[in-house]
Amino acid sequence: MSAPAVITGIGVAAPNGLGLRDYWAATLGGKSGIARLTHFDPSGYPAQLAGEVPGFVAEDHLPSRLIPQTDRMTRMALAAADWALADAGITPAELPSFDMGVVTASSSGGFEFGQGELRKLWSQGSQFVSAYQSFAWFYAVNSGQISIRNGMKGPSGVVVSDQAGGLDALAQARRQIRRGTPLIVTGAVDASLCPWGWVAQLSGGRMSTSAEAARAYLPFDREARGYVPGEGGAILIMEDAEAARARGARVHGRILGYGATFDPRPGSGRPPALLRAARTALADAGVDAADIDVVFADAAGEPAADRAEAEALTALFGIRGVPVTAPKTMTGRLYSGAAPLDVTAALLALRDQVIPPTVHVEPCPEYGLDLVLAQPRPAKLRTALVLARGHGGFNSALVVCGPE
Amino acid sequence: MATAAFTLDDLKRILLQSAGAAEGVDLDGEILDTEFEVLGYESLALLETGGAIEREYGISLDDEVITDADTPRALIDAVNAHLSTAGAA
Repeated sequence: MSAPAVITGIGVAAPNGLGLRDYWAATLGGKSGIARLTHFDPSGYPAQLAGEVPGFVAEDHLPSRLIPQTDRMTRMALAAADWALADAGITPAELPSFDMGVVTASSSGGFEFGQGELRKLWSQGSQFVSAYQSFAWFYAVNSGQISIRNGMKGPSGVVVSDQAGGLDALAQARRQIRRGTPLIVTGAVDASLCPWGWVAQLSGGRMSTSAEAARAYLPFDREARGYVPGEGGAILIMEDAEAARARGARVHGRILGYGATFDPRPGSGRPPALLRAARTALADAGVDAADIDVVFADAAGEPAADRAEAEALTALFGIRGVPVTAPKTMTGRLYSGAAPLDVTAALLALRDQVIPPTVHVEPCPEYGLDLVLAQPRPAKLRTALVLARGHGGFNSALVVCGPE
Repeated sequence: MATAAFTLDDLKRILLQSAGAAEGVDLDGEILDTEFEVLGYESLALLETGGAIEREYGISLDDEVITDADTPRALIDAVNAHLSTAGAA
């Protein structure tokens, strides 16, 4: 039973482009945003590459009232929400407050803000710590700030399941629409490219320590050696299809189906559950594997996880049975922001009938994947599958299609 | 010796640095008797502003001083009362 939920607005802050237009042009052009860190001096850390969002000046987009109380991730989320609402042609002040909610995902909260306040605590004393630390670090803060700024009092919340959360938030938004709220602001923006965030990410042990931007993050490649982290993501406006039609909204695409699973305990001998998440999403969408025209892969960039994803895809579609792509090779892994950005790329791919490329990768032939490499590939596209996995065993899958 | 008075300009400077200004609010207008809530400052913004005043002037304000002062004039008067007490002590 597919839900009548549509995407009518998109706002993007990505390492290879700020704003939807720049992001999509860069993504089709194969332009990577992965480079040596500039937010802080990474000398002395084992990993030094990241995908930083270029040219985002918060003061250009937000009132000064919001600057002292927000982390970088929240500033980008607020700006992206503004762009998404504008893209959807929505003026929140003209709508009933309780008809609009906010459901975003988060993976780490506002690390850079927290680092600054911890520094003040230990170097100057507790009386120097900002009162805004009480919420600026918090997972739910992007949802809260978007809600306050736009007067949205409908059902709201945050989902925390690492990278999978980016899809889980969209699913939760769809649930709220099914329950009767006509509009939910959803998606996610994460950013923790500061020293404290960096050591926290390094402790996971899955980051690439390569210093070569074009060789550091190589999912499905024999040389896969971990991932490069990035910042940013996408904020999406999801609406009840009837409500969107009634107001004559331009629709980017429809959410057809969703599935989420949790991996069995390591060492249990049971298979990972990504395949079941994908099958669940297809069943929810009421489509067969043969109906899927392109897959946006999770693309962990770590050999065992790449193999597991490839096995799930070949089990579902057969050897080289469907075009697969990972435009996140141009951004790095954005944690909760990754999947909403992949959904964005999927919707634009459906619109333009072209699959964006996976860059820098020489695919391992044993995986049996038809990876779209180096150049965008024109194709007849009606339906796309987006996959996302979160550290600790989260698997999520989302099926989207075009406006009709 | 007179204690350096805490003025509206001092308050505006500290408000801006601690909590910024809301869209559509002109702090250079007639704001002395405008409620902080109308100016776009909620309790947390005032807590942050109070903390900055305490640090800059080396004083300690009771929480009630900040929560009870609902306009710039009330807060300025409360801070000045505190400064003159502190100066006399």
